[in-house]
Amino acid sequence: MSSYVSLSPADLALASILILVNAGVSMAFRLGLERTLLLTTLRMVVQLLLIGLVLRWIFQQTSPLWTLLLASIMIAAAGREAITRQERRIAGWSSYGLGTGTLLMVGTFATIFAVGGVISPDPWYAPRYVLPILGMVLGNSLTGIALSLDTLTSTAWRERAAIEARLALGQPRLMALRETTRRALKTGMTPILNAMAASGIVSLPGMMTGQILAGVDPVEATKYQVLIMFLIAGSTALGVLLATFGGVLLITDDRHRLRLDRLVTKEKAPAG
Amino acid sequence: MLRVEQLTIPGLPDLTFEVGDGQCLAIEGPSGIGKTRLLRAIADLDDVPGQVFLDGAERHEMPAAQWRRQVRFAAAEPGWWGETARHSIEEAGGTLERIEKMTSDLGLDPAILDRPVSQLSTGERLRLALVRALADQPRVILLDEPTGALDKASAALAEELIRYQILAGRTVALVSHDRGQIERLADLRLQLADPAAGGSP
Repeated sequence: MSSYVSLSPADLALASILILVNAGVSMAFRLGLERTLLLTTLRMVVQLLLIGLVLRWIFQQTSPLWTLLLASIMIAAAGREAITRQERRIAGWSSYGLGTGTLLMVGTFATIFAVGGVISPDPWYAPRYVLPILGMVLGNSLTGIALSLDTLTSTAWRERAAIEARLALGQPRLMALRETTRRALKTGMTPILNAMAASGIVSLPGMMTGQILAGVDPVEATKYQVLIMFLIAGSTALGVLLATFGGVLLITDDRHRLRLDRLVTKEKAPAG
Repeated sequence: MLRVEQLTIPGLPDLTFEVGDGQCLAIEGPSGIGKTRLLRAIADLDDVPGQVFLDGAERHEMPAAQWRRQVRFAAAEPGWWGETARHSIEEAGGTLERIEKMTSDLGLDPAILDRPVSQLSTGERLRLALVRALADQPRVILLDEPTGALDKASAALAEELIRYQILAGRTVALVSHDRGQIERLADLRLQLADPAAGGSP
């Protein structure tokens, strides 16, 4: 690959000047984001450097155990991210369990589907394939799951009088929450539909850009991107579906009562 | 007959009482004491320890939906879904004829059923919620301030409809701040009081 240009630390230092624009905006409008910006930038650089080193090491091992360990950490982290920033989240561990459990299912499903059925690397658990695919599936599914759960709880809160009126008439919980569920599903699916519609025209997806910059033929890069898009779309849809219905069950009980007492608002949420 | 046994609502002593068919129980007490929570507990909308029987069958012996089709809670601030009032009233069940009859009995033109709920006044919505609660003829009707936001004439019509339900043999539990209304409708009275406030030396 003669076209691949390796980046030196000096190149990256030069590029980091661009962050100063963000700092400038923050200072000009007194947004007070300078500290957050500095920390977030440092955090990103350190996180990416670390994962680069870890990945290099794990790729050299090609050990199913190490691959599994890193995959588990990724899933747990994604599960936490999917829930943490919710305005009103389901109290206790059940919401994290729902987020992590859903991501575990869709991540496993999509990754095994990809390496087992489509790409067939040798060995099938080759971390070079498994981990990036899992990462992309998790990153996108967690957005969908977070949006749908957030929509579910905020809509149920806003529409609680209507939902309870329906329950009082003897409607089962799935029926009383039908419009709420539908809205949550739709909101969760929207980003991936937008991404698919815009890709290629508005945006070149990051994975494809990366491959092209690293010297891969654009058509080859496109093929992988299409595969990834299918994987992401399918797993997001599955994740949104599982998380939404799981969420509906968690904010109601088996006597078909609306249990908004199980929600905590962001401010009141206990740490951790 | 509706029978409540050892129902434990926080802040209140355990409640045990009976209301027969064709009887109306008025539930009285200061604001915030738990009148609404009592009605909600009877309808099994809140998880409250204790037992509630309808003709000897306890609420938890049957599916929640079946219980609430017989034991109906009508909220003081009713919620709506769908475009028109007709949409949610028809989902509640009951014949079209009965729905339109009750609507006009309450002094409303049945055409109002097809107007968007968001364009209706509070009083119109409260009366339509009463129609919705009664449309499928539940056995027990739990009314939380059914005439609270109504003018005198509309309140009298609503009261008439409630009286008709009692005469037809249904059981009514009524939360109301209108003393005259309680005098006119109630056969039984339940006074809720905070045991800590009244009993302590």
